Amino acid sequence: MIEIKDLHKSYRMGSNSLHVLKGINFKVDDGELVAIMGSSGSGKSTLLNILGMLDGADSGEYTLDNVPIKNLSETKAAQYRNKFLGFIFQSFNLINYKSALENVALPLYYQKVPRKERQEKAMKYLDRVGLKPWATHLPSELSGGQKQRVAIARAMAAEPKVLLADEPTGALDSKTSYEVMDLIQKINDEGNTILVVTHEEDIAHMCKRIVHLKDGVIVEDKKIEQVRAEQYV
Amino acid sequence: MFNRDRWREILEVLTSNVWRTIFTAFGVCWGIFILIVLLAAGKGLENGIKQDFGDTATNTMFMWTRATTKAYEGLPQGRGFNFKISDVQAIRDNVPNLRFISPRNQLGGFGGNNNVVKGIRTGAFNVYGDYPEIINQDPMAVTSGRFINYNDIDEKRKVAVIGLGVKNDLYEKDEEVLGSYIKIQGVNFMVIGTYKKNNSGGGEEGQKEIFVPFTSFSQAFNQGENVGWMAITANDGSSISQLKDKIIDEMKKRHKVHPEDNRAIGYFDLYEQYNRVESLFGALKAVAYIVGIMVLLSGIIGVSNIMLIVVKERTKEIGIRRALGEQPWSIKKQILMESIFLTLISGMVGIIFGSLVIYGINSLLDSVGPVDMFMSPSVSVGVVTGALVILMVSGLLAGFIPAQSAIRVRPIEALRTE
Repeated sequence: MIEIKDLHKSYRMGSNSLHVLKGINFKVDDGELVAIMGSSGSGKSTLLNILGMLDGADSGEYTLDNVPIKNLSETKAAQYRNKFLGFIFQSFNLINYKSALENVALPLYYQKVPRKERQEKAMKYLDRVGLKPWATHLPSELSGGQKQRVAIARAMAAEPKVLLADEPTGALDSKTSYEVMDLIQKINDEGNTILVVTHEEDIAHMCKRIVHLKDGVIVEDKKIEQVRAEQYV
Repeated sequence: MFNRDRWREILEVLTSNVWRTIFTAFGVCWGIFILIVLLAAGKGLENGIKQDFGDTATNTMFMWTRATTKAYEGLPQGRGFNFKISDVQAIRDNVPNLRFISPRNQLGGFGGNNNVVKGIRTGAFNVYGDYPEIINQDPMAVTSGRFINYNDIDEKRKVAVIGLGVKNDLYEKDEEVLGSYIKIQGVNFMVIGTYKKNNSGGGEEGQKEIFVPFTSFSQAFNQGENVGWMAITANDGSSISQLKDKIIDEMKKRHKVHPEDNRAIGYFDLYEQYNRVESLFGALKAVAYIVGIMVLLSGIIGVSNIMLIVVKERTKEIGIRRALGEQPWSIKKQILMESIFLTLISGMVGIIFGSLVIYGINSLLDSVGPVDMFMSPSVSVGVVTGALVILMVSGLLAGFIPAQSAIRVRPIEALRTE
């Protein structure tokens, strides 16, 4: 599904340049649930941004579902993001003047799905994260866990190939974190490929594979026994 | 474009900070209001001044003789001369594109002696000897009877058309006018019609004129072949100002006036006067547009400013949308539409207020009666359409920079927490 070869990225900070990713090679297959771990500054967010086409790499190859991702125009990148990727953010990033349903329907709107179909589909995904009764509520009327579930529904609404989660539990207490992880696990069980960036050990262990980043290189990449979040909920 | 979600979003954004939107809108509203009111005021002044011209044929010159100032062909300077009736035909033959050439003679004048008698009443009036065409050059409404015609000219009938002012002075209120006789300098003329002039230029005086056939006039008052002055109107396509020199040269030739004697023949070019007034209003209109658009411009800059702030405030949202796959062009369109919508709506409010003010002034003018040099201020549909187009374009311009900065937002930067 995802293949990365010798990926480099550096940021220019005034006169010095900061080499963040120093040759990353890795591969994610269909249906994997991968945790990307690392302390802050290890380059894990940068990696996720490049995977999410929010940022470009300096050199190296990136193939997503056999499509080479390189030198994309903003328009093309937007199209690919919409088609291939679903984003889940630490701070939920819901649009605060739109209801939960409208938020979920947003990616479908950008796909030019007709209004009615869009709402039906959005409602379906909202139902899947258990928030159907909150469909008309504004994000400000939802709890943190609920917001993240809306965000997950939104990420899934466009039926992307890969879900990218950047510290999805970072702003949540542990109980809600487990609830969210439970949801992510279930989505993964259905065959969706998910990448989770986290620095929390327990969250990482709820994935099926842990990739450890340190100073811009992968120091460890291992398959693990998945801890089900269900038992904590 | 007519996308329900997009419009909902535009409204949501604009109503999220109502007061800010209103204050921003006010700038544009005020600008267009000033533009409309200034244009209307200019139009009112124009209407007022043009009212003075009435429906006089403006493509007209008047020409009369004076004493020569240069000796020529053995004739001394200071020689007086008169146009002759044969000059009319000569002009017609030699100068093309003339519509009317009316030779005229005149008796009496402002402050003249009493020259008209009717029974026991007398009055001092201007008496003109005229051809029927004069009614096209110096328009008047014939209120009863008829105007002079060519039979009157050919048969030298002693008939007269009198103004309402004359009628009021010489007749009893219910007295029959048509068919009665008035005595002009001892010669009886039968009244065949009455007229009323529309242009206020002549004022009271304009209604106190008597028109008699040119030929009868010449005969009755011993003018012979002489012509006092001429009113010459050019065809619509050509301007009398350009033909003027040719006519005057022709007259100089016929009357042995030195070609460089510029003072022997006097003239008044109505068209030139009219053009001068016209260009004055042109300038006035230009000033109104410039001032209006300048004020509007500051409003537009306000809109642009606010849109920039809106984009700044929504940086994160724009980042989210782009992460979710919204096309840059779609975001740009959104900002542009918000800007155009805001400009257009506030502009329309300005137009409406402007129209209300104009309407108010008009009804005020109606109630207090006519005011000098000012009449029915108005703006045409064309101007309003023009204003809307200006608004549309300025909305686009106002939104352009903010829209550009909106798509320059990189999603990654917008999404950075904190």
